[in-house]
Amino acid sequence: MIHFLKSVRTIWMREIIRFWRDKPRIISTAFQPIMFLVVFGFGFRQILAKSNFGIDFIQFVYPGIIAMNVMGIAFFSSISTVWDREFGFLKEILVAPVSRVSIVVGKIAGAATVATLQALILLILAPFLGVPLSVAVVVNLIIFMVLLSFAIAGLGLLIASLMTTTESFSVVMQVLFFPMFFLSGAFFPLTQVPYWMEILSKIDPLTYGVDAFRQIILGQEAQVVETIKNISLNTPLIDGLILVAFFIIFIIPATLNFNKGE
Amino acid sequence: MNSIEVKELKKEYDGVPAVKGISFDVKQGEIFGFLGPNGAGKSTTIKMLSTLISPSSGSALVNEFDIILNKDDVRKSIGLVFQDPSLDDRLSAYENLRFHAELYGVERDDFIERVEEVMTLVELWDRRNDIVRGYSGGMKRRLEIARGLLHYPKVLFLDEPTIGLDPQTRSHIWSYLIKLQKNFGMTIFMTTHYMNEAEYCDRIAIIDGGLIVALDTPENLKSKVGGDVVTIKTKEINKIKEEVSVFSPNSVKDVDGGIQIEIKDGKTFLPKLFAQNKFLIDSVELRQPTIDDVFLKITGKQIREEGASAADIMRRQFKARGR
Ligand SMILES: Nc1ncnc2c1ncn2[C@@H]1O[C@H](COP(=O)(O)OP(=O)(O)OP(=O)(O)O)[C@@H](O)[C@H]1O
Ligand SMILES: [Mg+2]
Repeated sequence: MIHFLKSVRTIWMREIIRFWRDKPRIISTAFQPIMFLVVFGFGFRQILAKSNFGIDFIQFVYPGIIAMNVMGIAFFSSISTVWDREFGFLKEILVAPVSRVSIVVGKIAGAATVATLQALILLILAPFLGVPLSVAVVVNLIIFMVLLSFAIAGLGLLIASLMTTTESFSVVMQVLFFPMFFLSGAFFPLTQVPYWMEILSKIDPLTYGVDAFRQIILGQEAQVVETIKNISLNTPLIDGLILVAFFIIFIIPATLNFNKGE
Repeated sequence: MNSIEVKELKKEYDGVPAVKGISFDVKQGEIFGFLGPNGAGKSTTIKMLSTLISPSSGSALVNEFDIILNKDDVRKSIGLVFQDPSLDDRLSAYENLRFHAELYGVERDDFIERVEEVMTLVELWDRRNDIVRGYSGGMKRRLEIARGLLHYPKVLFLDEPTIGLDPQTRSHIWSYLIKLQKNFGMTIFMTTHYMNEAEYCDRIAIIDGGLIVALDTPENLKSKVGGDVVTIKTKEINKIKEEVSVFSPNSVKDVDGGIQIEIKDGKTFLPKLFAQNKFLIDSVELRQPTIDDVFLKITGKQIREEGASAADIMRRQFKARGR
C-alpha cells in the first residue's frame, strides 16, 4: 500500500516537473480562453443585453470558459501518455515493479493538478468582469476543477491507452473537443434545447462541470441567483457525484488496457 | 543455479511467428550473448523475459519467478536496457534516475549513495543536472545503462547496449560490466552484433529466424569452424583449388576475387602450399576463426556488421528527435 502511494506520487511528480519546466506552454494555454471570453463575450453581449436573459453574458460564459480550459488541459495532459509510448519512456514505466493502477492514477492525478493550476490563472479575470470571489468560492471551485479534470483525464487516458501515435490521439481529441464544448451548456442554457441535444449534453462530462462551476461562481450575486437557479440542471453535489461516476467508468477499461502490455 | 530457464518459448504477432519455440538456461553469474541478424527475434525474447509482452506459448523462469504468473517479482529482480531510447528527455539525468529508484523502491539513503556510484562509472556525474535533451546519443546510452544498474538487479538484460557508441566508450562499458559480474555475481543477458563483443560472453546462443541454431562457449563455437581461416586472392582460382585439395582442408569456398579455406594449422600449411607451386597471388590472409565465421558457417549468412548498424543508429536518432 505504501509502495502504491509512493509510485503514484513518483508518476504524479514527473508530470508536475514537466509542466513547470514548460513555461511558454503555461502562458499560451492561458491565452486561448481569454481570447474566447473577449471575442464571444463582448460579441454577444450587445445582442443579449436587449433580451430578458437576466444575466450579463460575459458573466454567464465565464464559468463555462474556465471549464473548457480545464477540459482542454486535462485532455492535453493525457497526451503525455501517448508521447511516453512513442518516445519509449512508457516501457520504462511498464517494466517497473509497480501496480498498473498506480500508473493510471498517477498520470490522471498529474493531469488534474496541471489542469487545476492552469485554470486558477483565469480567476485573475474575475474582478474585471464584476464577479466577486471569496475564499469559500475558490476552495469550492478547486474541488470541482479536480473532479472535472479527473473525469476528463480519465477519458483522455482511455483514448491514449488505445492509440499508438500522437497524431491519431490528436485527431480523436479534436473530433471530441468542440462538440463536447458546445454541448456542455457553456454558451447557452440547456433548459430550452431540443430533445436530441439534451440527450447528447447529458452524456457529456463537461456539462456537469459547467453546471457546477456556474452555480459556484455566480451563485453569490443576489441579482442573478434566481436566473442561475432556473438554468441549472443539478445541485453541485449531484454534478460532483456524476463526475466521479464518469471517472470510474473511464478508468476501468483504461487500466485493463495497460495491463495487456505494450 | 540457473538465473534464467526458458522452455519452448514462442511468440506470434498477429499469426506471424517471431520466436518459434526456444529453450535454454542461463547460469547465475554468466554473461550470456544472444547473437542474430535483424529480425531474428532477439528483442522479442528480451521483451518476453522482462514481462513487457506475454509469450504466445511456452514458459520461462527468471530468478526462479514465472514470467507469466509472477510478473511483479520478475520485474523487481531484473534491470533492463532497451534497444530503443527510453529516457525522459525533459528531465535531468539525475531526475531520470530518481524516478527509476522510486519506482523500484530503492531507499532514499541507498539512492544517494548509488546514484553517484553508477553515474561516476559511466562518467556522467559532472553532468547530472543537465536536461537529457542536451545529451549526445552516447551519453544517453550510458545513462540508460547506469539506470539499469541502479536497483542492483540480479539479472541485467541489455538489448544492443553499445550500439552507436564509440569504441573507447564500448570497451569502457564492457570492463565495467565484467567488473559487476565478478563482484556481484550479476547475470548478464545481452544481444549484440559486434563480433568482438561476443567474445566477452561466457556462452553464446545464435538465433536465426526465431530459432536457436547454436549454443556454446565462444571457443567451442569457433572450433566448429575447423581450424584457421585462410583467404587467398588470386586470378588462378581453379589451379589453386586443385592444389589445396591435396592438403585435405575442412572446406573451400569461393569469395570475392579468390577463395577462403578452413584448415587445421594454417601456419604450416601456407609455406608448404607455396613451396611446391608457383601461382600469381594478389594477397594472402591467415587468421584465427571469429564468431563471424561461425555465424556464416551455421546460418549461411554474414551477420550484419557496420552497414546495418548505421541504420540502427539512424533509427535511434530518428526516434530521439522531435517532441
Ligand atoms: N510489435 C510487433 N508487431 C508485429 N511484428 C513485430 C513486432 N515486433 C517485432 N515484430 C517482428 O518480429 C520479428 C522479430 O523482431 P525482433 O525485434 O525480436 O528482432 P531482433 O532480433 O531484435 O532484430 P534487430 O537486430 O533488428 O533488433 C521481426 O520479423 C519483426 O518484424
Ligand atoms: Mg532487436
